[in-house]
Amino acid sequence: MIRDITLGQYYPGRSAVHRLDARTKIIATLVYIAALFVIKNFWGFLIAGAALFAVIAISRVPVKFIFRGLTAVFLIIIFTFLINLFMVDGRVLWQWKFLHITYEGLSRAFFMATRLVLLIIGSSMMTLTTKPMELTDGLEKLMKPLSKIGVPSHEIALMMTIALRFIPTLMEETDKIIKAQQARGADFESGNLLQRARALIPILIPLFISSFRIAQDLALAMEARCYHGGEGRTRMNEIRFHGCDAVAAAFLIIFLGAIIASRYI
Amino acid sequence: MSYIEVRDLRIEFPKFDESGKALEPKRALRGVSLDIEKGSFTAIVGMNGSGKSTLAKCLNGLLLPTEGSVTVDGMDTRDDMHIWDIRSNIGMVFQNPDNQLVSSIVEDDVAFGPENLGVDPAEIRKRVDEALKKVNMYEKKDKGAHMLSGGQKQRVAIAGAVAMKPSCIVFDEPTAMLDPAGRAKVMEIIKELNAEGITIVLITHFMEEAQEAERIIVMQGGLVAADKSPEELFSDAEFIKKLGLELPPAIELRDMLGMDKSVMTAAEIAGRI
Repeated sequence: MIRDITLGQYYPGRSAVHRLDARTKIIATLVYIAALFVIKNFWGFLIAGAALFAVIAISRVPVKFIFRGLTAVFLIIIFTFLINLFMVDGRVLWQWKFLHITYEGLSRAFFMATRLVLLIIGSSMMTLTTKPMELTDGLEKLMKPLSKIGVPSHEIALMMTIALRFIPTLMEETDKIIKAQQARGADFESGNLLQRARALIPILIPLFISSFRIAQDLALAMEARCYHGGEGRTRMNEIRFHGCDAVAAAFLIIFLGAIIASRYI
Repeated sequence: MSYIEVRDLRIEFPKFDESGKALEPKRALRGVSLDIEKGSFTAIVGMNGSGKSTLAKCLNGLLLPTEGSVTVDGMDTRDDMHIWDIRSNIGMVFQNPDNQLVSSIVEDDVAFGPENLGVDPAEIRKRVDEALKKVNMYEKKDKGAHMLSGGQKQRVAIAGAVAMKPSCIVFDEPTAMLDPAGRAKVMEIIKELNAEGITIVLITHFMEEAQEAERIIVMQGGLVAADKSPEELFSDAEFIKKLGLELPPAIELRDMLGMDKSVMTAAEIAGRI
């Protein structure tokens, strides 16, 4: 399971959504998230939901795959739902001792839960259909104009690339250290919370040291391969906008217009 | 003029005690001179701490001489103007296969070197495909680097060096962390690269690997202790032991069987028997 982390939740495919430029998908996701917060009534959610459903259908990512991402945040959704359900005052529908459910609370709870679900599925559609490498490339290009005001866009993208690359390596390293410490009699499973937290110190310190060692090795390897910053660097896969990106942009504008219009229904 | 010329190379690492006071510096190399010819296959052996890895890092300017000089194709490694020329000409493969891959995806990693050189995208694509085919990893080009075995990762690292079109590749104990099958494949690739005209410098602990070279340099205490052909070097068992090294298994067997010194490989021994 650990081994799957680097590719994130990427679901390999060749659909139109997969082929879109990463930049288009990043912008579309940001717009979609913003739109979810513009929505004032359920009509808006109907539009947002339909749009999302269309994207899912085009991408051909199995629904099962999409909902797997939801299970992780299921508790948060339930929690938000319950808080809103019980905490909002208004016309009382049901009451038991200090607990009460109001009409307003019920509608608020559904409203918030829908927003959260759409938010999570919407943003996971981006990671499901884009390789992490393309995402970092896309971010680098999007941030390029910012480098004029001193934002190190290339360095940030490279940092993300390297971080993604070394997650599994550091996982393996952690595993090795845990086993080594257990072989020396370390106990990570008993005691109260504080004792268990303290037991992690003999894992964290060696991990910290070995991550420095890895960084040093990697820096040497990168220098040996002529790395000298982003200047004069080319890319094997130049990302370019295609026709389908223009179509996507047109749909995005229509979508945004519909969402804003839905506020006045 | 030789391709690589090392002249009276000395490397010192400053050392400090816990209060930060400067101690006697560690002298990793204490006056090394040698020439490496274009297209040759040189092995460098020696015990831990003998300075062989330090020497390797001097060849492409990762370490700069404290004293003496290293020139590659007439370019001094201390010359800032030429440092990227030198590094693109001398590729390097390191010991730990995990810590030298930059990108999560195999082909992206191989592209890293040419990208740094500012090569045209279409040309990078071509070089990456060629390099991956050369190390027999083309089928895995879309795979995650973390899904590969140690030997496969090392082959990707070699492809990363090959994609830069170097005229020389320095291997710093490339097989030390691999299993026997992975080691054999890496050695096979090294020999193929040499046959294609790439100069090879192979640093290794394994005498049977060093035996494949045309020339073996033995390092000891920061100095060159011997610089001979494998036949010559391995004919003197006493000398090898004195350097803290071992004979390759095939040679040891040869000596035990009392065969003459011209026999070098297990296959030859089998032939005689």
